[in-house]
Amino acid sequence: MSAVSGTNFDEMLDADGSVRPAYAEFRDWFDGQDKAWLQRQDAEAERFFRRIGITFNVYGDDAAEERLIPFDMIPRIITAREWRKLTRGIEQRVRALNAFLQDLYHRQEIIRSGRLPIEALRNNEAFLTQMIGFTPPGGVYTHIVGIDLVRTGPDDFMVLEDNARTPSGVSYMLENRETMMAMFPELFTRIPVRPVSDYPRRLARSLRACAPPAFRGDKGSRPVVAVLTPGIFNSAYFEHAFLADQMGAELVEGNDLRVVDGRVCMRTTTGYKAIDVIYRRVDDDFLDPLSFNPASQLGIAGIFDVYRAGGITIANAPGTGIADDKAIYSYMPEIVEFYTGEKPILQNVPTWRCSEADSLGYVLDNLADLVVKEVHGSGGYGMLIGPTSSKKEIAEFEAKLRAKPANYIAQPTLSLSTVPIFQKEGLAPRHVDLRPFVLVSPDGIDITPGGLTRVALKKGSLVVNSSQGGGTKDSWVLDE
Amino acid sequence: MLLTVKHTTRYTFAGEVTHGLQRLRLKPKSTHGQEVVDWRMELDGALPEAAYDDQHFNHVDLVSIRPGAPEVVVTCEGTVRTVDNNGITGPHTGLMPLWCFLRPTPLTRPGSRVRQMLASIEADRSDVLGFLHVLSTRIGEMVEYVAGATDAHTTAEQALAAGKGVCQDHAHIMIAAGRLLDVPMRYVGGYLRMDGQTEQEAGHGWAEAHVAGLGWIGFDVSNAICPDERYIRVATGCDYAEAAPITGIAMGAGETRLDVHLSVGEDGVQAQQQQSASGGQQQVQGG
Repeated sequence: MSAVSGTNFDEMLDADGSVRPAYAEFRDWFDGQDKAWLQRQDAEAERFFRRIGITFNVYGDDAAEERLIPFDMIPRIITAREWRKLTRGIEQRVRALNAFLQDLYHRQEIIRSGRLPIEALRNNEAFLTQMIGFTPPGGVYTHIVGIDLVRTGPDDFMVLEDNARTPSGVSYMLENRETMMAMFPELFTRIPVRPVSDYPRRLARSLRACAPPAFRGDKGSRPVVAVLTPGIFNSAYFEHAFLADQMGAELVEGNDLRVVDGRVCMRTTTGYKAIDVIYRRVDDDFLDPLSFNPASQLGIAGIFDVYRAGGITIANAPGTGIADDKAIYSYMPEIVEFYTGEKPILQNVPTWRCSEADSLGYVLDNLADLVVKEVHGSGGYGMLIGPTSSKKEIAEFEAKLRAKPANYIAQPTLSLSTVPIFQKEGLAPRHVDLRPFVLVSPDGIDITPGGLTRVALKKGSLVVNSSQGGGTKDSWVLDE
Repeated sequence: MLLTVKHTTRYTFAGEVTHGLQRLRLKPKSTHGQEVVDWRMELDGALPEAAYDDQHFNHVDLVSIRPGAPEVVVTCEGTVRTVDNNGITGPHTGLMPLWCFLRPTPLTRPGSRVRQMLASIEADRSDVLGFLHVLSTRIGEMVEYVAGATDAHTTAEQALAAGKGVCQDHAHIMIAAGRLLDVPMRYVGGYLRMDGQTEQEAGHGWAEAHVAGLGWIGFDVSNAICPDERYIRVATGCDYAEAAPITGIAMGAGETRLDVHLSVGEDGVQAQQQQSASGGQQQVQGG
């Protein structure tokens, strides 16, 4: 799969090289700029990012503990019409995800109906029996969702992955826009781009709408929101601090909190203050040493008991990981239809479950053409991209696959769409994906226009993960 | 049978507790075969924080240790009316799907010894109930009841290897083996009125198997019987850890001493005050 094969959908240029309507106004502006000035702006962007301190710890790279995620200044542009359709599809999918979780932790109608095999849950550690019989405040399981989309054609967006645990990256979405507005203010007066800067306010509002039964709202007080971070050594610590700051919420670590008077409280100079909604960026297993991993130093002892007794809202709810598990992903078309009664608006990427003998046979015969992923993996680790792997790499992966087939799924290598990046030589197409951020509350589903565009900066590369050398772009949704 | 229970758990801390929590599963419910006539719990040195029903429909109390308290005393007292159902608790209720009771847990994960023991039993496996009775008897023969031989973290496999254990170990081995036969199994924690004595050494634990047509049915391996009207069910779980009467943390506690005082009497019957350890013609085992 390479960018020069000509089979990818180029989001800026059509087949005969003319600029598509989405990019017309931008290209017009871009072509009118002085090239040397643009190059200076490009360098300026990097300095800007260093100054505000967006960094990202890259696993397996101790020497460069903090590394800048590269930013490319050419925006990724989505038309109002394209976004309308995406919005409907995302909303449908997120509704289905929440209904699915409610069902899994209650009557499990989808299993009784035979649409999902018990095996998908039985050996799945993401399914938390402790959640059975409990409905989170407001009936919301996934307060924040990131839906990873890829595009393969003019009207073909597909869901690559659902992120229903603690999707990260929203701070890049915000900083990318801020950077663009600081560097090219005139662009935003020329082109009607829908804003994203109110995301933290919308997040805070959405979280406050999910207050637990213990919140009484005396004297018109508002629910207290806190962001729980594993601490400064976590790769996304910057984002945790940033979001807390932008929301006007407390940034806390497990050690700052304890159970007092039936609530989870933080110590303040004036005594203990109860938290109503905790936006936790700590995995389920580490949330509560009394209920989950007893060795955890990152959580709060007893928070799960307080949660079940109605004393706090945990966002996202514990146990939501079962909904974004890669083994469950392959059932998403059935899941969407089961709970919404509608055909899925957004398609899944065709997926072979290697746990099934027929599929495994096919996958083994076609490893060189497929992408194989670990069922429980994330971040682009432990995957095989057949077309770009050597014979030796494929052989090694085949051994792993044969040893534990149920640990893997396989997908075709997609012709991901391309968007140009800025280079000294001019514009060059690179593969992209898109992660829109979705907020769920009893008031409804709120999708921030755009999201995070990740771009594979290496020519021909299909891996957009920042841990694997990907970069980001500002993502524009044009106003009507 | 009308059973009266008085159960006192006393933790004495050598150090000064700065922060501590205890999760209590100590309140029996009126379910198949038993009716809770009255029940109350008193806390000394601890404060109630939260109460709810867990995924097994157990009543759970979260309490905090009063900072600096030298000891925490939890006293439960009540009366429960029981009937003899030949060990049958009845159909599965609640939202925990039955297949969840087939999953191994850390305490009940079968190893080679559990598998070997199971393979050595020459009984008709198509008669599930009959086979479970044989299994229960075999476990009792292979693992001698020795108070204090194991602790709360001992696994089924370890206890079987040691050849000795307490009621909890017997139950865990029964659960591990039963699940290998594709029979849903669960742990039950509760009380047992031992014949001729009121004072008990400890609470009791046994296993329940879900057999098609009958529902849940209890197996008390330690006493080689199915539970009858002398048994009170307090909490259930996939293993002991999910049904444990008290679990917790206490920061700064230092060395902690645990004293348990338990009496299970029959209402209207003159209690024979007698320590189980000195009970000469003792027939049933607690713990």
